[in-house]
Amino acid sequence: MPQFEAGTFDCIVIGAGHAGVEAALASAKMGASTLALTMNLDMIAFMPCNPSLGGPAKGIVVREIDALGGAMAKVIDKTHIQMRMLNTGKGPAVRALRAQADKVLYQQEMKRTLEEQENLTLHQGIVEELIVEQDEVKGVITQIGAIYRAKTVIITTGTFLRGEIIIGDLKYSSGPNNQMPSIGLADSLRELGLETVRFKTGTPPRVNGKTIDYSKTEIQPGDDVPRAFSYETTEFIMDQLPCWLTYTTPATHEIINENLHLSPMYSGMIQGKGPRYCPSIEDKIVRFADKSRHQIFLEPEGRNTQEYYVQGLSTSLPEHVQRKLLESVPGLEKAEMMRAGYAIEYDAIVPTQLWPTLETKKIRNLYTAGQINGTSGYEEAAAQGIMAGINAASRVLGKEEVVLSRSDAYIGVLIDDLVTKGTSEPYRLLTSRAEYRLLLRHDNADLRLTDIGYHLGMISEERHEKFLVKKQMIEEEIERLRQATIKPSEEVQEIIRESEGTELKEPMKAADLLKRPEMKYSQIVHIVPPAEDKPEEVAEQVEIFIKYEGYIQKSMQQVERMKKMENKKIPDDIDYHAISGLAKEAKANLSEVRPLSIAQASRISGVNPADISILLVYIEQGKIAKISG
Amino acid sequence: MHYDTIAAISTPMGEGAIAIVRLSGDEAIQLTSRIFRSPSGKNLADEPSHTIHYGHLIEPATDEVIEEVMVSIMRAPKTFTREDVVEVNCHGGLVAVKRVLQLILKEGARLAEPGEFTKRAFLNGRIDLSQAEAVMDLIRAKTDRAMNVALNQMDGKLSKLIGELRQALLETLAQVEVNIDYPEYDDVEEMTIPLMIEKCTWVSEEIDKLLRTSSQGKILREGLSTVIIGRPNVGKSSLLNSLVQENKAIVTDIAGTTRDIIEEYVNVRGVPLRLVDTAGIRETEDIVERIGVERSRQVLKEADLILLVLNSSEELTEEDNRLFEATEGMDRIIVANKTDLPRKLDLSEVKGIDENAKIVATSLMKEEGVDELEEAISKLFFEGSLEAGDLTYVSNARHIALLHKAHATIQDAIAAAEANVPVDMIQIDVTRTWEILGEIVGDTVQESLINQLFSQFCLGK
Repeated sequence: MPQFEAGTFDCIVIGAGHAGVEAALASAKMGASTLALTMNLDMIAFMPCNPSLGGPAKGIVVREIDALGGAMAKVIDKTHIQMRMLNTGKGPAVRALRAQADKVLYQQEMKRTLEEQENLTLHQGIVEELIVEQDEVKGVITQIGAIYRAKTVIITTGTFLRGEIIIGDLKYSSGPNNQMPSIGLADSLRELGLETVRFKTGTPPRVNGKTIDYSKTEIQPGDDVPRAFSYETTEFIMDQLPCWLTYTTPATHEIINENLHLSPMYSGMIQGKGPRYCPSIEDKIVRFADKSRHQIFLEPEGRNTQEYYVQGLSTSLPEHVQRKLLESVPGLEKAEMMRAGYAIEYDAIVPTQLWPTLETKKIRNLYTAGQINGTSGYEEAAAQGIMAGINAASRVLGKEEVVLSRSDAYIGVLIDDLVTKGTSEPYRLLTSRAEYRLLLRHDNADLRLTDIGYHLGMISEERHEKFLVKKQMIEEEIERLRQATIKPSEEVQEIIRESEGTELKEPMKAADLLKRPEMKYSQIVHIVPPAEDKPEEVAEQVEIFIKYEGYIQKSMQQVERMKKMENKKIPDDIDYHAISGLAKEAKANLSEVRPLSIAQASRISGVNPADISILLVYIEQGKIAKISG
Repeated sequence: MHYDTIAAISTPMGEGAIAIVRLSGDEAIQLTSRIFRSPSGKNLADEPSHTIHYGHLIEPATDEVIEEVMVSIMRAPKTFTREDVVEVNCHGGLVAVKRVLQLILKEGARLAEPGEFTKRAFLNGRIDLSQAEAVMDLIRAKTDRAMNVALNQMDGKLSKLIGELRQALLETLAQVEVNIDYPEYDDVEEMTIPLMIEKCTWVSEEIDKLLRTSSQGKILREGLSTVIIGRPNVGKSSLLNSLVQENKAIVTDIAGTTRDIIEEYVNVRGVPLRLVDTAGIRETEDIVERIGVERSRQVLKEADLILLVLNSSEELTEEDNRLFEATEGMDRIIVANKTDLPRKLDLSEVKGIDENAKIVATSLMKEEGVDELEEAISKLFFEGSLEAGDLTYVSNARHIALLHKAHATIQDAIAAAEANVPVDMIQIDVTRTWEILGEIVGDTVQESLINQLFSQFCLGK
């Protein structure tokens, strides 16, 4: 096929899913001329699975993306059909927002965001091949022979690499939702020497809402207070659609057990490793045989459609069995199946081949982000996308690379886990993966990351100003409550009694009284009012900080200790095999991951504390050798 | 560079007149000042560098006097490690020095790893380049040995119990995590505060029990691991009996607390000996055959001192040679027994095998030569050619320190729960307890929580 020069860019992003859009937007916002190439312009930021965003850990990631200047939060704020704050009965560290999305509106809004972005060219095309010279990427070639040259390339092709859909004994080459798979690019990557693994994921059937008998289900409404992911959102959608809850029945379980031989999961047809946190219904019933029922959530896919997502019924059983399954679920007896569930197998890149900037170690200036790196979930993809975009643009613009630490953000936890430990199944963020969960809260994402976003040029002056004012207000109010004394007056004792607390025996600092579990900020300021009332988000920060100060300090101390280790850098040219004291397994794993710091090295599996000690001594020795030599 | 504060006993173990516990790190002086009382009421933290002070160490919680001490304080950088260093001189003897060390560890210092003082000295630029290799070798060698011990203890009752406690904590944690990560998942019992208190209290009590047994048995719990070997009928039992009778066994049977090998503890002129595998000696004289047995190999591998008994009324046999081979390179004393019978053993032949062999002639039947043997043991020990058996010692002191830490942390969790702190905050201390207990058995992997999560619960949304 004749080839032709089609343009030159600072950065090319292949794919416009949740990772791709954030990558392209970040790169363009930072000032790099950016080309976003997608197979299908109508599928930008498509949600092939669950029509929802957020939830524990993931919801906090969406906030973090927003604090860095990304798009996901703003787009969902404009296009959701329902929002709920989860874990409100628990501590502040684990609260998380979740939204049900209008899939179509979400796509349209995201597409418009890309179209309006300066420095960003959006184009439909299928990349077949990467141009690589001397281990450095130089551009891409599309199916029609168009050559695009670029200083950096970010691949965000999700589950498209050698994608195969499986339903029953039917298996065909396909991307998600019957889109075209990416075969040429997959071959190209393998030729370049990038190691891949085969993963599997799946999706449930969709039904027509008109045919659901809602009377047999429980309603799950959204919160009736205004909620938003983005710190900049000022308009709130209050007109919400409910979800509906129903359950599997003994009949459902019987159908599955009778037809297990038809399931590609059990017939051996699927070899890819599936995620444990999102099991198919077959898996749930086989592995947890003693459970008499499983929850099924019916989630509307949008305002302008009757299509419902049957959350909890992910399956790759043949279509006729899926129909029977639906019939066995209360409320769905007469439901019309609009699309069948399916399993999809795809190639993912072994993520330990990446630096923490998401650049591949093998090929300079080539980055990968999203599901291609072995993760699952729109939020995880977007998080990697924005970081890859930032780092690719930084490379082009000669700026310093940006790596968030495990104590900065869930995004830092996610990427560090991927590049340091790798993953043996599609990776999902969980709050339990974060060791500094108390610091990585939903409410303080802006305090953690806005400055970083601002310095990258992704946060407007106006927003940054507002942020600084908020920050100052919080600090001043905390200080004020630390100074203010509350005397045991009758009014004060009355307030304490109302909350079933112990009465004051002597005067007490306001902050100390607030530390009592039963006391609230609103009560304290009633006793010692500030000069002017604080906005709710300031009050919230003050209350959390003072109340949980002991725990927060403990976490901060841990972070400090870890930081010392993060600051001990490991020289890039180190030869682990030449260090005599290291254990064999440590040598092999260190050589593969090539950690940048001692802290990262200590998180690699098979590297024990003795190896770390030896490494420290060796590096220190190298420094001395360099000075004296 | 700044590191946490470490402490260790820096004099060889045994009943010397004085023992020294050394601390190094930013907190060394502050920490000591909290547990030190001088008659004049001075505060160590205010005293000048490189001065020495008389006083008592006290248990801050109870004001109980632990030990009469002399404390030297030396501020960075003119110290061995180039960090603040404190040396606590206390009465010699294992019990006293261990109480001092444990008090210091409880107060917040961490037990130094093998070679760690030297490592810090190096990292802080105190030691020159040529010594670096040696430091690395030291770390590796000590670690490998420590791992031998750790492996042994993995089968023991202690690690089994710790394993049970950790599993209970892990299940609790998994339940908390599921409540957090899957808030709409209806099938998991909500981990409530009363439930949390119940679980934590149980763990706390179990740790407490462990700590109590550890302090009861801590009198010479550790010592030189000593193995008596020899062909059948050379007099191993007699040697054992005479050592035990003369010196009164302090602990006769701790089977189960470490492993199923009977051990006896004797104190030979201030040297604590742990006579290992004495049951084996009593059961059967046929140790030569048993050399092939895996268990005996393990015993030998761990031994700090070998007493190899020969029959001086017979010539060296093939079996004797095999015993020499099996214990080559180890600290050993050759006991040439049965001097009451005509001598046929050629000592020069023994010297030929091991030119540095320490040979003591005995007639255990006539109770002759036992004094000389004890003299040889104590000489070997105090003149430092023996490595002071710090292995078992270190690992046990380490365990006790970690158990104290675990206990304090789980108590924090209980206190928080009683104050109605949200469950996901209490969880921070529970996780920490789980990690600390993991350090005892050498296993703290974050991943296991996530595995527990997915094996315990069927999770969807």
